[in-house]
Amino acid sequence: MNNSAYIYEAVRTPRSKGKLGAALSRVKPVDLLAGLLEGLRSRHDLDTSLVDDVVMGCVMPVGEQGGCITKTAVMKAGWANSVAGVQLDRFCASGLEAVNIAAMKIASGWEDLVVAGGVESMSRIPMGSQGSAWGEDPQIAFDTGFVPQGISADLIAAVEGYSRLQLDEFAVRSQSYAAAARDAGYFSRSVLPVTDVNGIEILTQDDFIKPGTTVEALSGLKPSFQMMGELGFDDIAISRYPQISKVEHVHHAGNSSGVVDGASAVLVGSESAGQKLGLRPRARVVATAVTSTEPTIMLTGPGPATFKVLAKAGLGVADIDLVEVNEAFASVVLRFQKETQIPWGKINVNGGAIAMGHPLGATGGMLVGTLLDELERRDLKRGLVTLCVGGGMGIATIIERV
Amino acid sequence: MSGLFNYEKDADGIVTVTMDMSGPVNAMNDEYVALMAETLACLQAEADSVSGVIITSAKKTFFAGGDIKSMLQVEKGESERAMFAMNLQIKQQLRQLEQLGKPVVAAINGAALGGGYEICLACHHRIALDSPAVQIGLPEVTLGLLPGGGGVVRLVSKLGVEKALMPLLEGARFKAAKALEENLIEELAADADDLIAKAKAWIKANPAACNPWDVKGFKIPGGDYRNPKVAQMIQAGNPMMFKKSRGLVPAPLKILDVINSAIHVDFDTALDIESRVFTSLVTTAQAKNLMTFFLQMNQIDGGVSRPQGVEKSKVKKVGILGAGMMGQGIAYVSAMAGIDVVLKDISQEAADKGKAYTGQLLQKRVQKGRMQPEAAEAVLARICATADANDLQGCDLIIEAVFENVDLKHQINTELEPQLAAHGFWGSNTSTLPITLLAESSSKPENFIGIHFFSPVDKMPLVEIIVGAATSAETLARAFDYTKQIKKTPIVVNDSRGFFTSRVFATYLDEGALLIEEGVDPVVIENLGKAIGMPVGPLAVQDEVSQQLTVKANEANFDLDRRLDQAHTKDNAAYRLAKRMVAEGRAGRFHGGGYYEYGAGEKTLWPDIYSWYFNSDVSLPIDDIKDRLLFRQVVESLRCFDEGVMNTVADANIGSIMGIGFPPHTGGVFQFINTYGVQAFTDRLQALAERYGERFVPPNILLDKAANNELFM
Repeated sequence: MNNSAYIYEAVRTPRSKGKLGAALSRVKPVDLLAGLLEGLRSRHDLDTSLVDDVVMGCVMPVGEQGGCITKTAVMKAGWANSVAGVQLDRFCASGLEAVNIAAMKIASGWEDLVVAGGVESMSRIPMGSQGSAWGEDPQIAFDTGFVPQGISADLIAAVEGYSRLQLDEFAVRSQSYAAAARDAGYFSRSVLPVTDVNGIEILTQDDFIKPGTTVEALSGLKPSFQMMGELGFDDIAISRYPQISKVEHVHHAGNSSGVVDGASAVLVGSESAGQKLGLRPRARVVATAVTSTEPTIMLTGPGPATFKVLAKAGLGVADIDLVEVNEAFASVVLRFQKETQIPWGKINVNGGAIAMGHPLGATGGMLVGTLLDELERRDLKRGLVTLCVGGGMGIATIIERV
Repeated sequence: MSGLFNYEKDADGIVTVTMDMSGPVNAMNDEYVALMAETLACLQAEADSVSGVIITSAKKTFFAGGDIKSMLQVEKGESERAMFAMNLQIKQQLRQLEQLGKPVVAAINGAALGGGYEICLACHHRIALDSPAVQIGLPEVTLGLLPGGGGVVRLVSKLGVEKALMPLLEGARFKAAKALEENLIEELAADADDLIAKAKAWIKANPAACNPWDVKGFKIPGGDYRNPKVAQMIQAGNPMMFKKSRGLVPAPLKILDVINSAIHVDFDTALDIESRVFTSLVTTAQAKNLMTFFLQMNQIDGGVSRPQGVEKSKVKKVGILGAGMMGQGIAYVSAMAGIDVVLKDISQEAADKGKAYTGQLLQKRVQKGRMQPEAAEAVLARICATADANDLQGCDLIIEAVFENVDLKHQINTELEPQLAAHGFWGSNTSTLPITLLAESSSKPENFIGIHFFSPVDKMPLVEIIVGAATSAETLARAFDYTKQIKKTPIVVNDSRGFFTSRVFATYLDEGALLIEEGVDPVVIENLGKAIGMPVGPLAVQDEVSQQLTVKANEANFDLDRRLDQAHTKDNAAYRLAKRMVAEGRAGRFHGGGYYEYGAGEKTLWPDIYSWYFNSDVSLPIDDIKDRLLFRQVVESLRCFDEGVMNTVADANIGSIMGIGFPPHTGGVFQFINTYGVQAFTDRLQALAERYGERFVPPNILLDKAANNELFM
């Protein structure tokens, strides 16, 4: 029996600034997700009673985003009572973890149709709202060398010797690629407009992108993590990486991922589920992997995760046609490229989170859709998605068009 | 467009904007938007020389609020989007006003309700004239809407969630002093000069005024969603409202939803959300129905059914015959309206007992602090309890409220009619007997009319006036005026068996009884009666009416048929079951029990009823049961209309809601059809007729309306 996990559809909301007053801040997180689920349902006239489970990443599952928001969104969307829902948290990997778990559910043969992705309203539930067993606990923080992620990003730059200019050049690349892709309509297949209770459109496409960004303009931005570093986190970092003399604070709002609101949903199912729905599979999930690295530098997981998933799949770096690596910080992508030696021409060809934003729990699902759309547009076969993750983790997934 | 916002700047640079729109009242419409834009442009242009702004009105009312007639025209789609755009514009203007950087004072010289009070909320200070003409509040919820001009967000931001809930969810109107107490306004003024003087003084004392939500670091009083007390209040709102409205009216919940948004996001985002949710309500059937109800209430109270050309009259002395439950209630409401009352019964003792009822009601009012003891004394002193017919001498109006017996009523009329003043008129508080028949004993049948009260009279707001064959227009006008005098709402119907309300009301009881006979679980019948929005299920209502009364009323009707040689009354399930219940000693709640047993605690169904017809194999679709219970009443109303019992759609709609508890969110028996869809309703009736019998066959008037694609207006 063919237990392949197929991707039948991948949709997302547009992303907008994760600040009260911005476009999507007038939408409750549950409505953001429910609206997307409704869009997915109506696009394919989906018989929702065939869906076994909905798996959604959400990194700040508290307040109006708490209490298993997935099931609430499933109810709000009016899906069949039999559809279950679960919310998971693997920090920034949550959205991709959701897709991977969905693929595993299908591959095991224990479920037939699963929707996976994530939701994050960073405007209404700001970062930090969820508390932390790690950074907020002084003893554990001490024992494990905890530093905030921005310090880790700056630490990567220090260890690798990336200059501010190099990072800013990458940020400009992200902006120009993203703007070009949006304007060329490359995202329009997968981005569903967010509407209000009357069906009046609130946001139809990403509004966070800043086209025309230049290195000169970025050079004026103040480093974001200097104060934190001077507080003592730089010293903690250097105690773990004695080879560096100083942590230069090279990351800022312009070369780090944007704080935004958004949601994603990927329809993953077995071959027979697709036949029941009358849908043609767009891709197959080839393999998935998670791993973890040293926690202080924290954001170096994508390379090892990529090697691990390639080994699982029996593939080499050269077998990958396109890569989406999450642009949490510019240094993360630069380090990933250096480690894997994947040519730049294959990496984040339509920009990334520096330009469009990183709605924590939702991003992984969004990257799967962006990758699949571009593989189809270029008529290529195989792609890889990878993200750096809190605690030093890394995650990767390989998909292949069928 | 001849209206204007009069703009006058004094020597101190204080601009007084006096709203004087072209209509009879100031209202939120296109003209308002244009005038406000002009005013803001002037204020901004000469900002340097302006020290403050006073907003007041040239009309008797300050500002009337939204334009209901134009909101009724809004449909999903283009007009909805246009209304949304205008709403955003209104808000943006008010935002500009409050962010002018100059102190803005609302000088509230008359009623400021809805949109009117929303303007006041966008000012920095509110001073109201301490006059009975001033009413303040946000009654939008009663129209199925929410305050969409910033009212929800500003009130929550001003008062906090706890204090804002009641004014928003109940839509109460406050007198000036009470509004001050509730912090809806900040000051009272004695007269018009004082109002402006105080406004100017406040402006001078507060040159840098701005609203608290525009100050950095603003926090909603009492806390936002992170305060567990606030979160609990919001959470408790849903079940509390469901208990009250059974989920049939969306507006209160939407208000709560906007309140909840207001404590999650910033002020401007909350305003935007409020507009979107407001827009979603305008096109709902419930809002259209409740707005129509509001307009039709105005029509009725404005005298649409009162003959024109008859001078307005007042009753000075009323005689009431029979000091039973109805008579004593009529005595109370009449005395409260300042009318001298002669309450006559056969014995002095019975009459005194009737008067004592007024004493009890007054005492409660005094205890609740709603009336001064002296005033209560004065009301009670207006009632003369007597057994002496001569005390009726000179009454402008005599209302007979004795047993429903034609001969008795004839006899009393013959005996006491001569006591009436020269131009006096006679009213019968019958709920079912034809007025034309009762007037046969009268020497002046043109002065004879039906004045049908509902029980309990002091609480029920409706009076059904029945015009007999000989009743003159003048008598009708006077009965109408009396009803208004005692602050009731009069509907006018023509003479027919059961008139309008009793006839329609009986169908609810009958359909409940039919469902029992068909074997449906009584619990299901009761729950579904409540689910459609009736105050209680049909079986509980039957108990309140009493099985005994149902038997008597049916027998009286059979007697009447014999007397008039008619075949009007038919055997019916309500009658059959009532007879059987009476035989079992279950004659009604006040006779010790009926369908229910009434112990010390909650009432419980009488278990034996299950052994009569209940059949666990019977399983009717829930929607069928609900529609049968509701639609029977609508079909009967249509038949009444077909037969000419009512003259206007408004009388039927208002009468059904205020007289017999037809669910208010429907807008009444005919408005319900309009929003259900005339053709859709016809089709549904046809389906019900095929399944359940000819009582659901669509009456001709409905078929005509459907064929002509017309509404009941």
